[in-house]
Amino acid sequence: MTGSSAPAAALDPASDRAAVEAFLIHEADLIDRRDFEAWLALYTDDCRYWVPLEEDQADPQHTVSLIYDDRKLLETRVRRLGHPRIHAQAPPSRTVHIIANVAVAREPEDGLIVVHSNQTVAEYRQNRTRLFAGRCTHRLVPENGGYRIAFKRIDLIDSEGENRGIPIVL
Amino acid sequence: MWTTERIADLVQSGRVHRDAYTDPGIFDLEMERIFGRAWLLLGHDSQVPRAGDFVTTQMGRQPVLMVRQRDGGVAVLFNRCAHRGSTVCSAAKGTVTQFVCPYHGWTYGLDGALLAVPSPEGYAEERSPQRRLGLAEVPRAEVYRGFVFASLAADGPSLRDFLGPLISSFDDLVDRAPEGEVEVAGGVSRHAYDGNWKFVLENHLDTIHPRYVHASSIAAANEQDDRSPTDGAGEVGVRQMRQNGAPNELWEGIGLWVAGGGHGYMADYHDDEKLVAASDDPVHVEYQKRMEAAYGPERAREILAVTRWNSIVFPNVSFMSQFGQLRIVRPLAAGRTVLDTYVFRLKGAPEAMFRRAVAFANVVNGTGSPVLTDDLEVYERLQTGLGADGNEWVDTGRGFGRDVRDGDNGLDRGGTGTSEIAVRNQFRAWAEYMTGAGAADAADMAVAAE
Repeated sequence: MTGSSAPAAALDPASDRAAVEAFLIHEADLIDRRDFEAWLALYTDDCRYWVPLEEDQADPQHTVSLIYDDRKLLETRVRRLGHPRIHAQAPPSRTVHIIANVAVAREPEDGLIVVHSNQTVAEYRQNRTRLFAGRCTHRLVPENGGYRIAFKRIDLIDSEGENRGIPIVL
Repeated sequence: MWTTERIADLVQSGRVHRDAYTDPGIFDLEMERIFGRAWLLLGHDSQVPRAGDFVTTQMGRQPVLMVRQRDGGVAVLFNRCAHRGSTVCSAAKGTVTQFVCPYHGWTYGLDGALLAVPSPEGYAEERSPQRRLGLAEVPRAEVYRGFVFASLAADGPSLRDFLGPLISSFDDLVDRAPEGEVEVAGGVSRHAYDGNWKFVLENHLDTIHPRYVHASSIAAANEQDDRSPTDGAGEVGVRQMRQNGAPNELWEGIGLWVAGGGHGYMADYHDDEKLVAASDDPVHVEYQKRMEAAYGPERAREILAVTRWNSIVFPNVSFMSQFGQLRIVRPLAAGRTVLDTYVFRLKGAPEAMFRRAVAFANVVNGTGSPVLTDDLEVYERLQTGLGADGNEWVDTGRGFGRDVRDGDNGLDRGGTGTSEIAVRNQFRAWAEYMTGAGAADAADMAVAAE
């Protein structure tokens, strides 16, 4: 890289991985406890939250997605989750996230931390349990000794399948 | 036993019996008498641009494939090996030079002709497989402006007669492309619901439901801070969610038109000024410029003056030209339906318009959409609720007796924009298919006031 900024500090494989994993577990815990306002606060102003349709989908602009939210849409989505007449969440889903296979790298260009993980979300609602399994990519901004999420991509293994509606966040 | 009389009794003045939605025997008959007879949209020829490109889908419950031929035509074949019956293609789409059955290697050309079988000397001469059919062709297939239709019935109305006045909705979509062609782009997404297939066709011409079904997304969008950062996706989405909360006067004023065969469309709802782009939007200005260059100012104005929103071609298509959206309805059971969702690129239009169409598809028609998920939930609650005894009838009476004949163009119009004319019209066609009766014998509906 030939950028003028100072090279980003090298990652400490053990301690950075542990800190990032703890952060992902915290994020998942906020979803599972349905504290969506606190979950949204983890995301940056220029964030993207993306569940692509196709395996290896190159971009969210030229191919449709199961979900593709910029900050504005993500705010609307979260506000809706708190609305009393959200039929698709009456009663609300209960979820539990399992996060594993966490691997951490640093992007040379912008110093953001890139995290790959596998995620399984079990959802229960109205006598039915569904599983959403996929690979996640987070891009994290180090901030005040913690992180904020600039980008989260969830590649579901059944993204091209005949799914019933997905009103929850994953 | 579903006799013709019993089926005819299910559709009455301003009401429909719930068995039309819930009974498995009725569903079997629908597959035979509606999906086995009507022209069904299978897709668009831009999905198979080169020889050997194929997509697999279903007609009713039957597996079929649509494949581009070496001579440029598109063939629709049953996806069923002539030998023991395996499908010869399992992928949703792909490219082949020939079809090879996985079981015993029977091999077919792109036109379905049988090219080879293993150890042909194992057959007596008079039983040679070469003498028999290859992959059977679906009885009728026809392409209109790229849209590939097929019918499982050897006889019946021509595609043009079947579409009737609704052919103009396909023209509206294709004419909006400066190059006069559209293409499927941006992937095909699918979603399912545990409810009857007719719910979605009714819903897309239902103007009362948005305020109730979409209350949560309307409220969330109305409270949305317009200054929040967006890359364009949020802007398209929030605007459409707000539009669903339009005041009652707007809904009463829009136009609902229906035609023979159960088809219909909604118009005078959004227009380019209100929704697609304000007239000072730079993308729209550029688009108008390209349209005028392609068609001349007068014809371009004429094309863009069409304000059609959802069009329904009964029994399996719902589409909308302003954002290039199309859905194909695939019934799997009385209480299970899959929708295949397509987005079209208008060839020659600014690329930004296609990105808006993709954003629209995600927010309004996507599996995780804050709008669609409430529709799907209600379809499932309908299916559950219709299991209740006590009231066996579904009411379709809003606007009954007030429908009006709209000139001599073969269309009837709802007396108001919130009429249930479209549901009554769909069931009129449903009864015609299911009982074999002509329009005059079917349940009374349109022009009852005349």
